[in-house]
Amino acid sequence: MIEFRMPSLGADMDEGTLLEWQVAPGDAVRRGQVVALVDTAKAAVEIECWQAGRVFELLIRPGDKVPVGTPIATLLEAGESPETAPRPPLATTAQRAAAPPTPTPAPAAVPATAGPPGRPRISPAARKRAAELGIDPVALTGTGPQGAVGLEDVEAAAKRAAPIDRQAAMRQTIAAAMSRSKREIPHYYLGETVPLAAAMAWLAARNAGRPPEARLLPGVLVLKAVALALREYPQLNGYWVDGAFRPGPGIHLGVAVALRRGGLIAPALHDVADKPLEQLMGEMGDLVQRARNYSLRSSELSDATLTVTQLGDQGVDSVFGVIYPPQVALVGVGRIAERPWVEAGGLCIQPTAVFSLAADHRVSDGHYGARFLAEVRRRLQTPDDL
Amino acid sequence: MDESTLRRQVLEALQGIAPEVEPATLRGDRPLRDEVDLDSMDWLRFLGALHQRLGVDIPEADYQKLTSLDALIAYLRQQIPA
Repeated sequence: MIEFRMPSLGADMDEGTLLEWQVAPGDAVRRGQVVALVDTAKAAVEIECWQAGRVFELLIRPGDKVPVGTPIATLLEAGESPETAPRPPLATTAQRAAAPPTPTPAPAAVPATAGPPGRPRISPAARKRAAELGIDPVALTGTGPQGAVGLEDVEAAAKRAAPIDRQAAMRQTIAAAMSRSKREIPHYYLGETVPLAAAMAWLAARNAGRPPEARLLPGVLVLKAVALALREYPQLNGYWVDGAFRPGPGIHLGVAVALRRGGLIAPALHDVADKPLEQLMGEMGDLVQRARNYSLRSSELSDATLTVTQLGDQGVDSVFGVIYPPQVALVGVGRIAERPWVEAGGLCIQPTAVFSLAADHRVSDGHYGARFLAEVRRRLQTPDDL
Repeated sequence: MDESTLRRQVLEALQGIAPEVEPATLRGDRPLRDEVDLDSMDWLRFLGALHQRLGVDIPEADYQKLTSLDALIAYLRQQIPA
């Protein structure tokens, strides 16, 4: 029997609210399949299951908020049957008792109700709306047939309750993660101005004659250069867990995305070093768009092994970031702009950007970090090889 | 395409990228990317949307001409065959 637990989707998450199950008891689940939608302070996240099996029991209901690590479902492994599977002791009874009291179920004859007897009677539309509004439908008193909670009950509750403020919740989670980072991680910071004439000329030639949909952004070249450099500097790529460094299982770069209404999220682009630029561009566009729509997958929120924050062409000259725990380094890239540059004894003008590294002194030292930044810089001088 | 239709198309494309934009408060003569806070990815998606809607493929070399909403609309009017 496999216990499927509420996953941690990053250092700033300590609980999650189930919005919906996307599987039912008896369903086969393959590795990597999305099995549930969970709301965190930052986003509604599609939760993937990394073990194959067959769903045996769903242990929590939509609307339930549980701490990270709580078993939320059980799966049967291949060859197991409900009768033969050894049952792990489940702590769900106590959690269920602690949940808000559920309305007494009415006879199962009314079709507007969702779910088996014993569950609160809530119409699917009401459930969906409640999830959107961040309201616990289980706590509502229904005015529908036989006490069922309908859409109008949810809307009425929304008017009564103070609106759930996602911005405020996000502010809190960012504050918690960044406070932990500053409390626990002995940061050191390095900065390096990187000449980008070759990279920008290569990009202009590459994009000329292509429609906007097929163009590359400088940020993609930067991500690829950072990823390739990390192959040679693995002490910056991974996690600090239980008092020791654990190298990342791949090079998965967290891409810091500013959200339109404030706040920040840094979902992972997977295996950046192994992918061609066109593919990275497509995946980055998709990731940014989904992050802004608060629609990400669990692996994207938990897998990043180093975060890159780029201020693009509108930002400031440089950024020195705060490491996102349990990661051990963060690369910051300031605005790419034309600046005076000295080369071969002469003054010229060319596009440059200040690259910074914030890294964890428990894992690496400034000398190592400096060589890493020099490697990133070197890679960006030969864009053909990216 | 007349001026008001063109403006409406541009604003619709813009709202597809930045839903919070209020056309009424948008000042046409101000730097567009500051007014609307478009990063480079947003900008590229906006140009992609204009390409889809209007068939105008704006090359990178012309980005510098598109300083404001008014300038963008004037540019597009030149590019669209009457």
